[in-house]
Order: sequence, then structure tokens, then C-alpha cells
Amino acid sequence: MTDSTTTTAGLPVSFDDAVARYEPVIGLETHVELGTASKMFCGCPTVFGAEPNSGVCPVCLGLPGSLPVINRAAIEYAIRIGLALNCSIASWCRFARKNYFYPDMPKNFQISQYDEPLCSDGYLDVEVEGQQVRIGIERVHLEEDTGKSLHIGGTAGRIHGADYSLVDYNRAGIPLVEVVTKPIAGTGALAPAVARAYVTELRDLMRALDVSDVRMEQGSLRCDVNTSIAPAGSDRWGTRTETKNVNSLRSVERAVRSEIERQAAVLDAGGRVIQETRHFHEDTGSTTSGRSKEEAQDYRYFPEPDLVPLAPAPQWVEEIRAGLPELPAARRARLQADWDFTDQDMSALRNAGALDLVEETVAAGASPDQARNWWLTELSRRANESGVELSALPVTPGQVARICALVAAGELNNKLARQVLDGVLAGEGSPDEVVAARGLSVVTDSGVLAAAVDEAIAANPEIADKIRGGKAAAAGALVGAVMKATRGQADAASVRDLILQRLGQA
Amino acid sequence: MSITRDEVAHLARLARLALADDELDRFAAQLDVIITAVARVQEVAAAGIPPTSHAADLRNVFRDDVITPSLGAEAALAQAPAAEQDRFRVPRIGVED
Repeated sequence: MTDSTTTTAGLPVSFDDAVARYEPVIGLETHVELGTASKMFCGCPTVFGAEPNSGVCPVCLGLPGSLPVINRAAIEYAIRIGLALNCSIASWCRFARKNYFYPDMPKNFQISQYDEPLCSDGYLDVEVEGQQVRIGIERVHLEEDTGKSLHIGGTAGRIHGADYSLVDYNRAGIPLVEVVTKPIAGTGALAPAVARAYVTELRDLMRALDVSDVRMEQGSLRCDVNTSIAPAGSDRWGTRTETKNVNSLRSVERAVRSEIERQAAVLDAGGRVIQETRHFHEDTGSTTSGRSKEEAQDYRYFPEPDLVPLAPAPQWVEEIRAGLPELPAARRARLQADWDFTDQDMSALRNAGALDLVEETVAAGASPDQARNWWLTELSRRANESGVELSALPVTPGQVARICALVAAGELNNKLARQVLDGVLAGEGSPDEVVAARGLSVVTDSGVLAAAVDEAIAANPEIADKIRGGKAAAAGALVGAVMKATRGQADAASVRDLILQRLGQA
Repeated sequence: MSITRDEVAHLARLARLALADDELDRFAAQLDVIITAVARVQEVAAAGIPPTSHAADLRNVFRDDVITPSLGAEAALAQAPAAEQDRFRVPRIGVED
């Protein structure tokens, strides 16, 4: 398929060089599996990871004589999404048959929407490096998901060279919403970050709307990225490619970046970019050529004769609008004001996926600063070490809040608090249970402390003299000795006060 | 001629059908007869008659989001020409190289 005269890779071009000379235009098509209980057109379940072909029926298998019926909840979810994306909701629209020859749909076509999408012409604002970028939304339409194929023989898992394929239709017919952006131009070197910020915002939006579990790793949110570049200052856009298989937020950013670099190299070498589907490879961060893209007319769309038109009543749409929850951008603004956090604090929390966790920790009684510090430092470090998401750590926001409270009350110092966290993460129980079991409370017995302080002073007469002479800063060494003697279980500030007091400096 | 031989060749390619030259000639002629026959409907389509995609003048036919029993893999696969690992086994999928 590759035509060497037109797609010569050329010499590698760095990203900075590419965006200095070429202007990228990107577009994103995002598929979101809706979290309805049953499928789009039949009553089969939508469970992820069920036994192959356990959730199929005559309708989603396309058996003769079966007829699809629209799931009302799927329409409601799609309208909810459209409204949250500031779209117009069609007063009348139809489903269409998208015909193609591929066994992932047993009917030989997919029920989708073509020239009459349910929602159109909206926008979503995203923030990239302190700048607000408005992403135009072309359309939001409904369709049914396809089955999953397993390719047997040949190179492991690849369709090329496979001997045959095995198809599981559990996923076929799950309601799928496709959100298509308008072309996003003028973002220059920020294009990859804009793409990522958009998908992140869309994911958060879907979660807030409670219409999908949006798990990219399970495929309930999938992203195709269109990229083209044109010489800077040109009034025409270049030929775009569509990169598929972009299955994480990080990959969205990398895919745009690598496609800009690749296309710049092709154009520099005097070649031309061909319109095609490309596949993103997680391991190399680059794309390779896939099939050449079918033209829309090749799908021979026509109105779906098995379904009657959809005409959402304005009153229904307004009811759905009235029921929209607080959207992520508004929620972040509210929390930022409540917590008195900087923009940097907020983006750090978002990037770490810690916003909900901090909110819950604060709700459980911790101060916003304490909550942020625990989740972004100590807990982030441990999540990284175990290679899991923050939310997957075996500690609850309530437990973190309890540790914060014990520190605030002077019953734990920071070192002990970390040990308590160790215990909780190791499954030893609640913070209070770990404190009791490991004997971790701060030494508050004044007799024990006083004895340790006197011992430290006696053992370090020169330092003690300096302190007596007014050099309070020298107390640090004695504090260290006392902490050592109490195996870290004293409160450093109290120890310091006690030392200064004993040496007549307080 | 309302469908050209090239259009038939294009459709054959989309359908992953390897048609010989004489088959293209034969099918193009046959399809042309069919299309010409169906196209007669256009003769009666006049201004003022909206295009229609459905015989019944209905809209908003919905079902509630309720799970109903599925067939189960055994019944679903019972009539499949070939099955393996509880999945439908299909011949090698044609991919253009």
C-alpha cells in the first residue's frame, strides 16, 4: 500500500522544528460507550468482560425477522451529553445504515447516524498551560458498538496474515456516542497538549454526567485523532491522516506529536501526505500506515428502514437540561475558591487524578492544604512505586483525614504519620488500630521527655553552652539526640521548647 | 446506462469480491436493468411529496432500558457454520495490502 514516491519518510524532523515551519490542524473523534443497563436496540446486557457471546440475541446478531427498538435511556444520555457540550438538539432526526464488509457486525452494517445527528454545533472550553482554548464540537451522534475480533495465526493478534478470525458479539449493539470536533487550528506547538486536554475534559464531563464509566483501558472511551500540517502562513490545510488505537490520555498527546513530526519529514523530502488510517503503537510512540480510508460514499448510508424517526419533544429536552449536574469546569472553579488553591495546585491535582480524593478527604475533616499535601506527595509516591492509580491505593480519604487529624492534635508527628500510613496500606486496619498495634503515638509523658532532654544536654556540654550563650539555632543537634533516644516518637517542636526552657532560653 | 462497469468494479472491491472481466460485464448489465426498473419510482416523485424513509407515520418508538434474557453462547453459536472458543469463527478477513 505504501507508495514510496509519495510517502518517503525523509530525514527525521524534531517537533520544535516541525511546528516552527508548519501549522498543525487537528480534529478528534471520540467514541464513548454509554453506561446503560441494556444495549442500544435490544435488551441484552452491556457488561464488560462477560463470557464470549453470552449477551447476544436475535436483534444484535442480526438474525432474520428481528427488529431493533431504540433504548430511551441511550437517547436521554446522548441529549445530556449534547446539552453539556452546548449543542443544539435536533427536533427531528433519523438513524442510518452504514454498510461495510467486515464481520465485526453480523448484520453487514452498523446502525449509526449520518447527515442528521442528534446533537450539533457546540463547544467545550479546555485549559492548556493557563490558556483557555474553545474546542468547537461539530456533532454528537448515536450508533451501536461493534463486536470484538480475535485474529488467529500469522503474527500474534494482527489481522494481516491471520488464518482466520473469531468474533465475540457481546459488545455489538452497546450504545455508542461519537463526539466529533470541528477542525482545531491555530494552536501551533500546543496542538498535542490541546488534544490531550480536550480528551481529559471530555472524560471528566462524561463522568460528571454519569453517562459512561469512560475507562480508556477497557475501551469505553476510544479516540481517533486526525492530524494535518500545512506550511506556516499557508491559507490551505494539508491532507489529514486518522490515527486509531489511541488508548490513553498520554497516547493522545504522543500520537499528535509523532504524526506532526512524520508529516513534516514527508513534506520536507518533497513527498505528499496521503489520506489514510494510521495505527498508533504504544511501545514506540509512533504510527504506522493502516488501510487507505474509505470515502463516506463507500459506506452507502441510507435511512434505517427498521427504525422510525426520532423527534425529541422540546419539553423533554428542557427537562434533561434542568437535570444536568454541576459540570467539571464549574466544580473546579468552586473547589479552587473554597480551598484557596492556585491554578498550579489545581492542575497538579487534576493531572494526578486527585481532585475527588482531596475533596473527599476535606469532607472527612482534613484541611485542604493537608489533604493536598498527603495525596500529591506521600500517596503519589507510593502509587508510583506500586504502579497503580492514586484511587487504587488501599487507603480511603476518610483514613487520610484521620491521619491528618492525629497529626494536627499532636498525637503523631510526620514521621510517625508515615508509619501509620504504611500500616494502613499494608492492611493492618484503620489509622487508630495501626497506632495502637504498632505503639506509634508521640511520647507525651513529660517525665520521659524531660529525662531524655537532660540526658542529651549532659552528653553534649559544648552545644548546651552555646545555647546558654544565646545561640538557639544550635538546639537542633540536641533535638536530634532526643528524637533518636525516643525512636522518633516525640514531637520535635515540643522537644525544642523543652530544651530551650531547661537552658534558660525560653 | 445508469451504473457503469467501473462502479461495479469499485463495489466488488469494497465487497472483497474478485470478479473476472466477463463477470463485471455481465453484472453491470444485470444491475443496470434492476436500477432502471427501480428508478421508475422517480417518475412519480413530484414536488410537494416529501421523501419518506418509512411506511408508518410514527416517531419516537422507544423501549425502556431493561435487560431481557439473551440467547446464551450455546444457542447463539448453534447455527454458526463454525465456532471456536465460544466465538463465531469467520474466514480470513480480506485486507488490502
